Amino acid sequence: MPEQSAPCPNVDITVDGAGWSVPAGSSIAAAFVARGHPGWRLTRRRAEPRGLGCGMGVCFDCLVTVNGTRGVRACLTDVREGDVITTERGSGFADLAI
Amino acid sequence: MPTWPSEPRGTPGRGPRHSDVAVIGAGPAGMSAAVAAAQAGCSVTVFDLGERPGGQYWRWGPASDGRFHHGWPAFRALRDSFGGHQAAGRIVHLAGHAVFHVDPPPAGEVPGIGSRFTVHAVAGERERGYAAVEVSAVVVATGAYERQLPVPGWTLPGVMAAGAAQALLKGSAVVAGHRVVVAGTGPFLMPVAAGLAQAGARVAAVVEANQPLSYLRQPLDLARSWRKLPEAAGYLARLARHRVPVLCRHAVVAAHGDGRLRSVTVARLDPAWALVPGSQRTLDADVLAVGYGFIPQVELLGEAGAQLRRGQDGRTFAAEAGADQQTSVPGLFAAGETTGIGGADLSCLEGQVAGRAAARHCGHQVRPAGPAIIRRRAALRRFGALLDAVHPVPPGWTQWLTGDTVVCRCEEVTLARLLAAVDLGADDARSVKLLARPGMGWCQGRICGAAVAAIVAGQRRSGRSDGGDPDFPESAVSRPLAQPVPLEVLAEAAHERAAGGMAGSP
Amino acid sequence: MSASHHRDVVVIGAGIVGAACCYYLARAGLKVAVIERGAVAAGTTGAGEGNILVSDKEPGPELELAQVSIRLWRQLGDELGPDAELEPKGGLVVAAGPEERQQLDEFAAAQAVAGVEVRTVGPSGLRDLEPHLADGLAGGVLYPEDMQVQPMMAAALMLRAARDLGAELRLHEEVTAIETAAGRVAGVRTSTGGLSAGLVVNAAGTWAGELAARAGLALPVLPRRGFIVVTEPLPRMIRHKVYTADYVANVASGSAGLEISAVVEATASGTVLIGASRERVGFDRTSSMKIVGTLAAQAVRLFPVLAGVRAIRFYRGFRPYCPDHLPVIGSDARLPGLLHACGHEGAGVGLAPATGHLIAQIATGQTAPVSLAPFDPGRFEEPARA
Repeated sequence: MPEQSAPCPNVDITVDGAGWSVPAGSSIAAAFVARGHPGWRLTRRRAEPRGLGCGMGVCFDCLVTVNGTRGVRACLTDVREGDVITTERGSGFADLAI
Repeated sequence: MPTWPSEPRGTPGRGPRHSDVAVIGAGPAGMSAAVAAAQAGCSVTVFDLGERPGGQYWRWGPASDGRFHHGWPAFRALRDSFGGHQAAGRIVHLAGHAVFHVDPPPAGEVPGIGSRFTVHAVAGERERGYAAVEVSAVVVATGAYERQLPVPGWTLPGVMAAGAAQALLKGSAVVAGHRVVVAGTGPFLMPVAAGLAQAGARVAAVVEANQPLSYLRQPLDLARSWRKLPEAAGYLARLARHRVPVLCRHAVVAAHGDGRLRSVTVARLDPAWALVPGSQRTLDADVLAVGYGFIPQVELLGEAGAQLRRGQDGRTFAAEAGADQQTSVPGLFAAGETTGIGGADLSCLEGQVAGRAAARHCGHQVRPAGPAIIRRRAALRRFGALLDAVHPVPPGWTQWLTGDTVVCRCEEVTLARLLAAVDLGADDARSVKLLARPGMGWCQGRICGAAVAAIVAGQRRSGRSDGGDPDFPESAVSRPLAQPVPLEVLAEAAHERAAGGMAGSP
Repeated sequence: MSASHHRDVVVIGAGIVGAACCYYLARAGLKVAVIERGAVAAGTTGAGEGNILVSDKEPGPELELAQVSIRLWRQLGDELGPDAELEPKGGLVVAAGPEERQQLDEFAAAQAVAGVEVRTVGPSGLRDLEPHLADGLAGGVLYPEDMQVQPMMAAALMLRAARDLGAELRLHEEVTAIETAAGRVAGVRTSTGGLSAGLVVNAAGTWAGELAARAGLALPVLPRRGFIVVTEPLPRMIRHKVYTADYVANVASGSAGLEISAVVEATASGTVLIGASRERVGFDRTSSMKIVGTLAAQAVRLFPVLAGVRAIRFYRGFRPYCPDHLPVIGSDARLPGLLHACGHEGAGVGLAPATGHLIAQIATGQTAPVSLAPFDPGRFEEPARA
């Protein structure tokens, strides 16, 4: 388990279609916050924005869809090269509604 | 008979992995337990939610060099031991695994060597597979999470747990914002504020709701905990150096913004935590890092049958653990914050004791914890209790809310909806939950449960005659699924041996 | 006891059946008190899915009762308001294969003769009704009359409406004895005092047998455990209550073992509820990954889109059932003044208004709209030996 205080290599990910370059080892939540986006989800009843809550996987506010997997806790999940991340508006399953 | 099959068609022959010991949680307690059990000769499977071991206290990332951490050398040593046992094949570390259920040995089996627990987990927050291990002993070291109090505007992005701001810093080297207010109650606020200040954030204020100088009223316990004083003094000095004002007997009673946090209202509190009228003032902030103490995560223990005891405030539960950290279920151990909030040193100590005792349970020759360890653990527990006592959470905060304040974040249940349920005849927290749905969302009431109980208790019109605990019975922390589980994973878990004598049912 | 402690009727139990009894009794102008040892809907009602079904009932007394009850639910839906979440969603029963399909069609034809609205659906028609339903099913039957309600809210709203009419609700108070005088019911004694009343209604659900025993009477109401798995909240992906044809066989089964069938439906709040299991294990509250996992597997087989959807909790409830799977509704000949309204076994929500209405008819000496003989509390007694 190496540690270093030198800058980390970045990974390239896509967030809602836009390309982001994010330091490796950063959580997805940290990537949003670092770019000045404290909120990245809209709730289903009141369409209100949510972002980082508890930071440790308990509150389920920070959910994103990652590579098609819905409801991923962004605070627990590090970015990986090539990740396709989409934000959830109302529900990650909105595209399956009938 | 109808042709609809009632047994799921799955890949046959996929059995659980076997191991001597399962450790759930890889924070200070879990890592210490895993290392101790491995050192004693056990095979250990460690399940942890995070990508890296260390838990919350030692949350780290590739850029970490210890400057934002406490006890970094001790962590490095522990991490090296852990890694050594991994390399030797004694520890299997399952990162990103969410344990959702622990089956105790089936009823009727004599507890001891040979009777097996089954630990069920979702494998990977992204991958969402299934993993299960059958073991002789389980150490549950699932830590604790921060208590939050709902206030108007607390759902605005930018409002986060104090630990969340710290996790950003320690884990991802990200400063949460430019102008931070750190608020709540408890000794945790200081290191959070000091770390943020050190990292270059402007910390506008530390807002502590209690008056921690009441430490001084308990000089004897304080004298025994003299080792802790330099730590506290160090934080205060660092805050002073960065010109961070520390307000005591104050709280953030509202957050404001337009889709994100812009400012907070700070007010003075009386001892019952009612607002002192006219004391409100506004502070600009784009981050509110807030926490009101910690709540142990004990659902896996409770569901497996372990006896729990109620915490001081009546709305938390911790696991009862004996001198060797064993719970009331033979072979099931609890270590760290799950036995009561006490900090990282205590967690490491309890983890060591639990790991050794788990090894003993598996038949290895290991001496029980000696008197020096027992004494040190007792001293650390006393200090934890002292800190708890000077950071209570009286119910006056319920008066800070307005009807539109969201109380249950997951289901977006406002105070007005809760009061409407009370009006309909729901006079305890469970009835309110059935009618208005707080606690029915993803987090299953972890964030809002105690708050809802306090609100409902405050609304109760008449006394109860049945003597029961209407606000927060033990069932309030009963969660048969400790983590959300994909249905296809649950389907796979049906193949594993289950508890309750179900083996062999038609 | 003083007049202030006198009621016309005491209803024991504030679940959906007790609430319905209270509602219709109050509307009939009687002075009612409901006494409940826990909170509103604290028993099986709090574990219910809120089913209002004709689809799962074969022609006979229970179906007749259900048909009356559904008409009453429609009225109640208007009276109680949108918070009750009464939804006329319809039920869709699906058959896995041709043999099952034939059994289902025969069953539905008999129900149609009894006045139930049924529509047979061919294999290709299933996906029009439920786009996410799995391929390869053999067809099914649609029951447009089936409905769903939020049972706790419905109970609470009925009780409030009754209280607006002068009824009294006493929670966290346990009835310890049914008092008699001159061979008739005289009232109840409770944990905090007592009430006098000429009529007492046993609506104690799964504990109705226990309560009857406190009056020295045998009533064979036993618990039948069921688990329900609840998913994370979802947008509307499932329109009807959807279940497999073997559900009907399981309900009627007398088997002591575990019966599991697939039942899947959405709720107004967005969660999907997955059932259904039935076991006779007393009041055993332990969990079973095997049962819960099997329920999940079955749901995924019906709706493959649910594979990645997460369960966030599961819970168990204890359905009150009688040996012949019919409820107990009516006067107990062994103790004049004692009425029973219990034993509804998984159909309590659906049958509650009809039950309450019948109880109100009996209490006011009017003719019941259906024959009460099949529900007679005395039907379990051994005939007297010479």
